[in-house]
This record gives sequence, C-alpha cells and structure tokens, in this order.
Amino acid sequence: MAGGSIPVPGGLGSAADVAATEADGATWLEHLHSWVVTVDHKKLGVMYVLYALLFLVVGGIEALIIRIQLFFPDNHFVSAETFNRVFTMHGTTMIFFVAMPIVFGFGNYLMPLMLGVRDMAFPRLNAFSFWMSAFGGLLLYYSFIGGVGLQGAGSAPDVGWWAYAPLTSRAFSRGHSTDYWALALIVSGFGSIGAAINFIATAFCMRCKGMTLFRMPLFVWLYVVSSGLVLVAVSPLTAAQVMLTIDRYLGGHFFDTQAGGSAVVWAHFFWIFGHPEVYVLVLPAFAIINEVVPVFSRKAIFGYPAMVAASVGIGFVSLGVWAHHMFTIGMTSISNAFFVLSTMLVGIPTGIKIFNWIATMWGGKIRYRTPMLFAVGFLVQFLIAGLTGIILSVAPFNWQLHNSYFVIAHFHYVIVGAILFAIFSGIYYWFPKVTGRMLDERLGKWNFWLFVIGFHVCFDVMHIPGVLGMPRSIYTYEADRGWTGLNQIVSVGAIIQGIAIAILVYNMIHSALKGQEAGPDPWDAWTLEWATNSPPPPYNFAIEPVARSRRPLWDLKHPNDPDEPLEEG
Amino acid sequence: MLSAAVALAAAGAQRAVALTSNTNTSIFSPESTPSRSIYELSLFVLAVTGGIFVVVGGLIVYAAVRFRERPDDDGSEPPQIFGSNQIELSWTIIPVLIVVVLFLATARMIFAIQDAPKPAAALEMSAIGHQFWWEFRYPALHITTANELHIPVSTDADPRPTFMKLTSADVIHSFWVPRLAGKVDLVPNRINELWMDPHTPGLYVGQCAQFCGVEHAKMLLRVYVDTPEQFAAWVKQEQQPGAQSPASAAGRREFESQACMNCHAIAGTAAHGQFGPDLTHFASRKTLASGAADNTTENLERWIEDPDSIKPGSLMPSMHLTPDQVREITAYLNTLQ
Repeated sequence: MAGGSIPVPGGLGSAADVAATEADGATWLEHLHSWVVTVDHKKLGVMYVLYALLFLVVGGIEALIIRIQLFFPDNHFVSAETFNRVFTMHGTTMIFFVAMPIVFGFGNYLMPLMLGVRDMAFPRLNAFSFWMSAFGGLLLYYSFIGGVGLQGAGSAPDVGWWAYAPLTSRAFSRGHSTDYWALALIVSGFGSIGAAINFIATAFCMRCKGMTLFRMPLFVWLYVVSSGLVLVAVSPLTAAQVMLTIDRYLGGHFFDTQAGGSAVVWAHFFWIFGHPEVYVLVLPAFAIINEVVPVFSRKAIFGYPAMVAASVGIGFVSLGVWAHHMFTIGMTSISNAFFVLSTMLVGIPTGIKIFNWIATMWGGKIRYRTPMLFAVGFLVQFLIAGLTGIILSVAPFNWQLHNSYFVIAHFHYVIVGAILFAIFSGIYYWFPKVTGRMLDERLGKWNFWLFVIGFHVCFDVMHIPGVLGMPRSIYTYEADRGWTGLNQIVSVGAIIQGIAIAILVYNMIHSALKGQEAGPDPWDAWTLEWATNSPPPPYNFAIEPVARSRRPLWDLKHPNDPDEPLEEG
Repeated sequence: MLSAAVALAAAGAQRAVALTSNTNTSIFSPESTPSRSIYELSLFVLAVTGGIFVVVGGLIVYAAVRFRERPDDDGSEPPQIFGSNQIELSWTIIPVLIVVVLFLATARMIFAIQDAPKPAAALEMSAIGHQFWWEFRYPALHITTANELHIPVSTDADPRPTFMKLTSADVIHSFWVPRLAGKVDLVPNRINELWMDPHTPGLYVGQCAQFCGVEHAKMLLRVYVDTPEQFAAWVKQEQQPGAQSPASAAGRREFESQACMNCHAIAGTAAHGQFGPDLTHFASRKTLASGAADNTTENLERWIEDPDSIKPGSLMPSMHLTPDQVREITAYLNTLQ
C-alpha cells in the first residue's frame, strides 16, 4: 500500500530488486533439500507453524473422538483403553506439539525482522532446535506402532498428559508406551531450551542500529520473558523424565512408591514445569495482541513501560504458583494459603495488561479486519479465563472443582479462548508478510464467527457438569447422573470449532496460491517487519535499518509527528 | 455475569436432578459443614469475580463498539496517547485491594476446614484406594468393608462427625463426594485426612476424581448416612462373621477351593485374601464392582463368569468356571447378608 513510497533504509525498493533472482528454475527435490538443510529463521519459522498446524488437526481429531464418546451415557464408541490413550495424546500433542512449536514459529519468523537484523543469533542452533521438536512429535506418535513392547501391553501412552506417578511405573504401565511419552518430551524439551536460548541471545545481542532495549517491540519483550520461563521450567521436566526413565529401566526409586519413592515429588516436578508452561504459551499470545491491537486501533500501545514491567512481573510470580495444582494432594494449611496468595498475585499484572489494551483501543479508530476480530475475542475470553482462574485459586473452592470439568473448561478457555485466538489473529495479521498474499477476508469472517460460536457453545457450557460433580478423564458416565444434555451441547460446540478450523486450513491453502497481492505493508503498520518485501528476501533487509523510536515506520510516515519526543517528554 | 450464569444453570440442572434421583452430585447442594462452608465462600468469590466481569467486560465491549472506525472517516490518524501514570497506578491499586480481600477470606476458610479440631465423639475410620475400588476400615469397630461407606448422621444435638484417614495401595486416587466435602487424594506412602458431618440421612454418591487407570470412570462411591439406630444395627451386623448355612455349603466349598480366596476375605472362613474387596457381608451391598452394576443374581453370575463383560480392565480375572460352579458361588455370596 503506502509503503512503496517510503524511504525506509534498506527497505522496499532495493530489497525488491535483489529478491527477484531467488531460486528460480530449481527442481522440487532442490526445493525440498533447501528446506531440510536451511538455517534461515524465516523458513524454520514457517516449518514450525506448519508442523504445529498439522498436529493441531491431529489433536483436534482426538478431541472430536473424546466428544463423540461422551455424547451419550454408557457409550461404546471407543473402549476405555482407547479413550484413555486418546485424551493423553490429545493433551500431550496440543501442549508440546501444537502450542509450543507454533509460538516458537512466530518468534522465529518475526523477531529478527522486528529487530531489523538478518537472522537469529545462532542459526544452526535454531535448525537443531526445530528438528529436535519435530522428532519429539514423531517419536510420540510412533508409540502407536512401537509401544506394544515385549509384554504386548499398551500402544499409545494412557497415563494422562500429567502422567502422575506411580501410574507410570513399570508395575502399572507395562510395555513401552510411557517410555515413548517420556523420550518424546525429553527430545522436544531440548529443542525448546535451544529455541529459548536463541530468542534471549537474539533480543539482547542482535538489534539494529538505534534499537535500544526499550525501543524493542513489546512482542520481543514478551518472547524474552517467555524464553526465560522455558529455561527455568522445561529443565525440571526434562530432569523428571530422566528420573522416570531411571526408575523404569535402571531400578531407581524416585517415584516408585512400592519401594519408598514419592508420588508427590513427581507432582511437584511436573507442575514446577506445568504452571510456568501456561505462561510460556500465554506470553507469546500477549505478544501478538500487543502488535495487533495498536495497529488496528491506529494508536500507540498505552503504557509501554508498564506493559514490560507487568510481563516481567508475571514471569517471576508464575514461578511460585505451581502447587495450586496440588491443593487436594494433602499439603499443610500454611502451604495451601501460600499458594493461594501467590496465585492471586498473578491477577494484578495481568489486570494491568487488560486495562492497557482497553486504553489502547480507547479513543482509537478501530478497523475490524479479521486479525482485530480475533484480538477482541481474545480480550473477552482471556478476561473470563482469568476470572475462573481466580475462582480455582481459592483453595477450598478448588477442593470441590479440582479435576472436575470446571477445570477442563477453565484451561481450555486459556489455551483455546485466549492463546489460540491470539495465534489465529497473528496468522491473519502476518500471513501477508510470509506469503505475499492476503488471507481471504470473507472466509476469515466465517472462520472467526463460527469459531467464536463453537467455542462458547462448547466451553461455556463445559463449566456446568464440573459444578455438578463430573470428574475429568472418565471414559463414560451413567445415564442417571444428569450430565447427558450438557455433554451433548459441549460436543456440538466442538464440532462447530472443527468446521471453523477446516475453513482456516482451506483459506490458508487457497490464499497462498490465489490470494490478493499484499505488498510490503498491507495494514499500514509501524514495526520493522513491514519495511521489507512480502515475502522478505533471505537477507531480510538490503541495508540495515535504523530505529529512532518504538515505531520506526510511524516516524517515516509522519515526519512531523514522530514518536520519541512525546515519550521522552 | 458469567459466574452468575454458571451458578444459575447449575442450580437449575441440580433441581432437575434432585427431583428424579438420588444421584445428585452438585457442589451447590451441600449437606455437611465443610461442603456448606465451601459453598458459602464460593458465593462470595462468584459475586466478586462476577462484578469484575461486568465492569471490565463492559469496558471492553464499550471500547470495541464506541471507537470503531466509521464509514465516513476522513482517514486521519487519531491522537496518539502513550500512557498515564495516574490512571495506570489506579488500576494497579484496585486489583491489589481485591486480592487482599479474597486472600483473607480464603485463608480463613482453609484453616477452618483443614485444621478443624477432632471432637471426642468423632467416628474414626480409614479409606484405602485400590485399582478400581474402595476399601473402608473402622479399626476401633473391627470392621472392614468396601465401596459402600456407612457413616452416622451428625446433628447439632448429637454431633458425630466422621474423620477419615486416606491412603492408597497402588496409584493415586481421589475421594470426592461433592455434597459432603471437598475432595482429598489417596496417595500411596502417605496419609491424608478428611472430615465430614452430614446433617441428613440418605445416600450420597461420588467417584474417584484422580485418573487411576483403565477403569477410573467406574470407580464409583456410595456413602450411606445412617440414623444412629441404623448405624448401630449396621455395625452390629458387620461385626458378625460371614453367614453359614447348609444350603450354601457347596458354594462356600467352591469359593474356598478356587482362587477366589487368594484375593477376597470372608470372615469365619479360610478366605483371607487382601487384594480384592472383603466379601463378608457382600449381599448387604446394593452394587458390585464398585458401583459398576446393581448387585443382582444375574449381574453377579455374569461378573464371576467374565468380569470384563461388566468392567473391562478390572483386575479380577475370569476363572473359567463351569456354569454350575458360577451358580453355586453366586448362591453362596447371596447368603452373605
């Protein structure tokens, strides 16, 4: 759009000239080879996202199997064993092989572009991290074939994605299914740690001229905090998996209660990972919202320093809340009270963020293109998810709600209603940058409205069976429990969401081939990724750009009203 | 609004359930002090979070609608505002105050429930979780039973709360009877505690709330709250050894000569097994296989013949008995009142 005439340093004109010579006339094998051996952050970012979307479809099908099974009481759509495998695989897949790679993909693609540099700090480590994550997913799914093992028991893991000891010990989990689960998480965990190191190093060491830490887009700040959490949180998970494997094969007794080990220690290890993990995923969602809301409201983000402080604050507090997953495991009253307080404290910086997003929209001129629709959906649903989180942090109330469908509804509100909505917002926002073509706006609106309706039909209603005493992880329930109608509504909502995701997949394929040409800056945005071509050339910027404020492209488009003097004043 | 809607819908659904059956497990129809205290705290928490939802949700919707771009817009950019310390400080302090209030209310309730003193009249018993059934022991009364828990009613005039110690023989389970108390996990190598003082006699159902393996869904739980007379009679009956009669002697011989006795105990016979439920008064129980089926002759024969046909994955094996053996054992078990 307007971008073509802007004299961005290293920007459009010069970049476009050089890019034209790229990889024409290569055979498909050469193309494939170039993707497999690439160390380019953009190609790796795209592979992360495509890999995650593939697993999103797999995990989504698993969710639909769960919902069909629970549609009728005493249903026999799948057996108890199969149901237990399916919900274990659904949880593990969605967290480790959808949510993690998709946020890493966004970070990989965008962070160097936003910082105005050529690549991540460690391109080879970047490729290594991606392939480790990818092999982790393959290893997990190979359990369907290889998990039978010598004793002939089990195929896919069936211990829940939290895999509480001692259900994972050899006495209760024969065959190799649990081993595939543990190894898949160890392998992908190394990938996550490598990616996190890379993000932190890139943000601190790889900024273009003029890009001080406090001029970095908030997107980058949130990835720094999220990556810090990955380093602190994924390491104990990896350690726990190693200990579990020692228990299973080398006669260790860390979690083997029959030999004096402790089931509670596993729970601590798992949730020391598991709770910060929620923030590992939600901070990148905040990152996307921090870019989308200002651009589509046509205003600068409200309270940038407070947003940075709140993000770092959430990061620190989130490391001290893990045992709120364990209020029923028998901790002392003092410990319970401590974790109630620490959990509630997270609400304060989170509240600051929500208020600042509202203030950013306040007085703006909001353009409701598809990315902004998803962003507003995010705001409402994240608010509700946060409030049910406060409800669950009230330990006595948690003694009733823990492990009920209320909890399932709550964390799907976080992971689907907030994180996935933000990711879809990001897909619609940056797809033109990545492919050079716009996603179809009409399909986008169908995608959004069907998803939002399906989401609320499914997950709003899902709170109620929890209140009525329905526990999670049950493969069936009796007809006289009063849960049937509610479960049927939930299942219908799940199917509507499935249709919405099918529309997204179709839209991405269709638009990548035949979509409208995007140009370098279709949204009239302000951060540096919009200063280069769409798609960007392999070297990103022909000339290194210079940042004079937080919104370099705003300064160029409004030379009489640049950002920095206002902020300094 | 959200929480109010949840509460309303739950209350409606709960009324529908309460009218048709005694399988109500709503946390909003408490019948015991801990569950009632939690219920009252939950109303307060729902009111606070509902209020926050109305205010903040209203602000989001207002901003989203009021500040949309109009069709006749001139295309100019709106005024750029970068922040305001006063405003940001105010929306930091208000959440801090809300957190303080919620925390104090919560902490008070944690201590009130978790550290409640045990009165001298309390009934002490213990629950042991197994894949996939419940073992209940009353050490002072010398009673061991399974799956259907009997406890006395507790009234203001005659307080008789039940204090339960919980542990597990294998993996983690969780004891959850929503109308009586919040759930507490049964963890191997560890003893947890829970108390309840049900005010109304009757049947209260619940089930295992921590995934524990294949048949986690069929690890159901029935709590009979008895009047003092009923409870005394039940205790007296449970303290008797297993009923013996010449008519069922063949079944008993069969039971004692098959592998049944390796896992099950029947007081007064050679059967002392510990892996499965104690069957001394099996015929007095309404259900079998931890609530998976009604305790009828037909179901029991099917269960002994092939446990997987009722509860696939149950740890009780099929012993490949002849139809006559199954009938005799069933007839014997049916005499164990």
